[in-house]
Amino acid sequence: MADNSSNNAYWSANIRIIIVSLIIWAVVSFGFGILLRPALSGISVGGTDLGFWFAQQGSILVFLGLIFFYAWRMNKLDAEHGVEEE
Amino acid sequence: MDQFTINLLFVGTSFALYIGIAIWARAGSTSEFYAAGRGVHPVTNGMATAADWMSAASFISMAGLIAFTGYDNSSFLMGWTGGYVLLALLLAPYLRKFGKFTVSEFIGDRFYSPTARLVAVVCLIVASTTYVIGQMTGVGVAFGRFLEVSNTTGLLIGACVVFAYAVFGGMKGVTYTQVAQYVVLIMAYTIPAIFISLQLTGNPIPALGLFGDHVASGEPLLAKLDAIVRELGFNEYTAHHADTLNMVLFTLSLMIGTAGLPHVIMRFFTVPRVADARWSAGWALVFIALLYLTAPAVGAMARLNITEMMWPNGGIEGGAVTVEQIENEARYDWMATWQKTGLLGWEDKNGDGAIQYYNDKNTDLQAIAAEKGWEGNELTNFNRDILVLANPEIANLPSWVIGLVAAGGLAAALSTAAGLLLAISSAVSHDLIKGSLNPNISEKGELMSARIAMAVAIAVATYLGLNPPGFAAQTVALAFGLAAASIFPALMMGIFSTKINNTGAVAGMLAGLGVTLLYIFLHKGWFFIPDTNSFTDADPLLGTIKSTSFGAIGAMINFTVAYIVSSMTKETPQEIKDLVESVRVPRGAGIAQDH
Repeated sequence: MADNSSNNAYWSANIRIIIVSLIIWAVVSFGFGILLRPALSGISVGGTDLGFWFAQQGSILVFLGLIFFYAWRMNKLDAEHGVEEE
Repeated sequence: MDQFTINLLFVGTSFALYIGIAIWARAGSTSEFYAAGRGVHPVTNGMATAADWMSAASFISMAGLIAFTGYDNSSFLMGWTGGYVLLALLLAPYLRKFGKFTVSEFIGDRFYSPTARLVAVVCLIVASTTYVIGQMTGVGVAFGRFLEVSNTTGLLIGACVVFAYAVFGGMKGVTYTQVAQYVVLIMAYTIPAIFISLQLTGNPIPALGLFGDHVASGEPLLAKLDAIVRELGFNEYTAHHADTLNMVLFTLSLMIGTAGLPHVIMRFFTVPRVADARWSAGWALVFIALLYLTAPAVGAMARLNITEMMWPNGGIEGGAVTVEQIENEARYDWMATWQKTGLLGWEDKNGDGAIQYYNDKNTDLQAIAAEKGWEGNELTNFNRDILVLANPEIANLPSWVIGLVAAGGLAAALSTAAGLLLAISSAVSHDLIKGSLNPNISEKGELMSARIAMAVAIAVATYLGLNPPGFAAQTVALAFGLAAASIFPALMMGIFSTKINNTGAVAGMLAGLGVTLLYIFLHKGWFFIPDTNSFTDADPLLGTIKSTSFGAIGAMINFTVAYIVSSMTKETPQEIKDLVESVRVPRGAGIAQDH
């Protein structure tokens, strides 16, 4: 494959975006929603604390943002590396 | 018009709509049967995915489990939405680029082994069948209520309807029908929630009302709820009581399972382009989030309403609801209606003419009970799966809302059951029969075997649905564990590693599925047959890890075994490495090939 090197650059850029996104994914759900909830207990939200909000709503909103960000970023990355669909 | 007629009217009209659409868009060729000719727009596809995804577990069961447990069951909310992130980032675009019809085809080709394909088919069938059992539980509850018959009769009628419905058309019929079902189910879920949120908090958006103030007391709703349930000896609603390790594993298991379930992954084969597969996952989650952001509000508000109904005079001091009130007052009619299904029950144990609802396991409350002459909790049976369907009656909403909720619950159960049956039937006819047993089968023969497979799957699920291993959402959670332990790791390694070879993948899938299935059967009974279990989830085999949470561990076993076996066996051939390279870039994604 002639454009192998460009594919590799494309693939490693993709992997970087995936890793950053998955770190955010884990922090808002397993982190803020469960394990770090005691640390956030000082911040109160509507009769309870921020961790409860993240567990029941906040994480879902962040997940949405992540997927749309990834779709937008990757479709741009495809074009930058010339590997978008014809 | 009485409530029964109104329910029939709503359910009948919505069914006529779905069947009408299914006939209008009937599948002709096999390609249309499986993947709707790949002409589905991302937003349409997202909506259909949402209907497919949100089953009896999400619609009927989940809010009930949250209502009676509170924060600890947040796992359902994070797990069943967080999986879409994995799906969008790790699987959907690549599987679309690969361009075949089924998940097992990808596994068979990537791991250049008919055995791998066969093992994947077995994993899919095991996970999907378990999932259908959960759906049948929900179908039984919904039909039992709206036809006013027992749960068992409801289940049998429901099974016939699901079968007739799923046999009707393939994916194309199903795609547009599911858009209609999404609209019905989301309205049915949010409209009563809006009414209740307005009643309790004055806020028309339930998701915001949950964190708002309770109008009657002026306190924050959740603080009020915490106080009320604490007085009755129950765990505080917002507090963390569950074992943290189990909660993390359970959430992870649901997330990974979401990205490993064939009927959801198949959806991403139906979009025209790789770029669309990325957007599709986002749109699916938008439509799913509308329900998932509302569900915790439904749970909390219903818990508050029910508790206040059982103690109508302001807590323990004011005295419990009397048997006379339950029998005569219109606002307690729902209790008599649900009693008929056998899913709600009460008993005046101490003969004082009142029904005391409290936690009789709590020592503080036992002391109060002894002093007041109570002899145990008298609300003896409250099946979690009835909460969402009973909710509009509990809140005393107009009868058309109750009819709408009945139609929505059935839409949720039917759409998912149909999608799963399609996944099972395509696994059997396309992968098992055409792929390995009889490659020369005619198109007609293939469609026929697909329909026979559907019939068998639904019969098994109905039989096991009569004695389900748990509430609908709990049974469905087991299916997710199985998908997490078997399919997801194989797909992910197939895309992100060229190192994993045929032997490694097969060993990994078998180990993941085998160990997880063993763990589930040890806790839930062999083949889910009651009383054949050696352990219970209250006292599990390994520390605090329940059978519903084991999928995450099964996935880790799968990854580890696949890696070790691959490093000890022959390297992946060059043409497969090239295949993986080509799956990683969108360019060249034509329309999919049928072999």
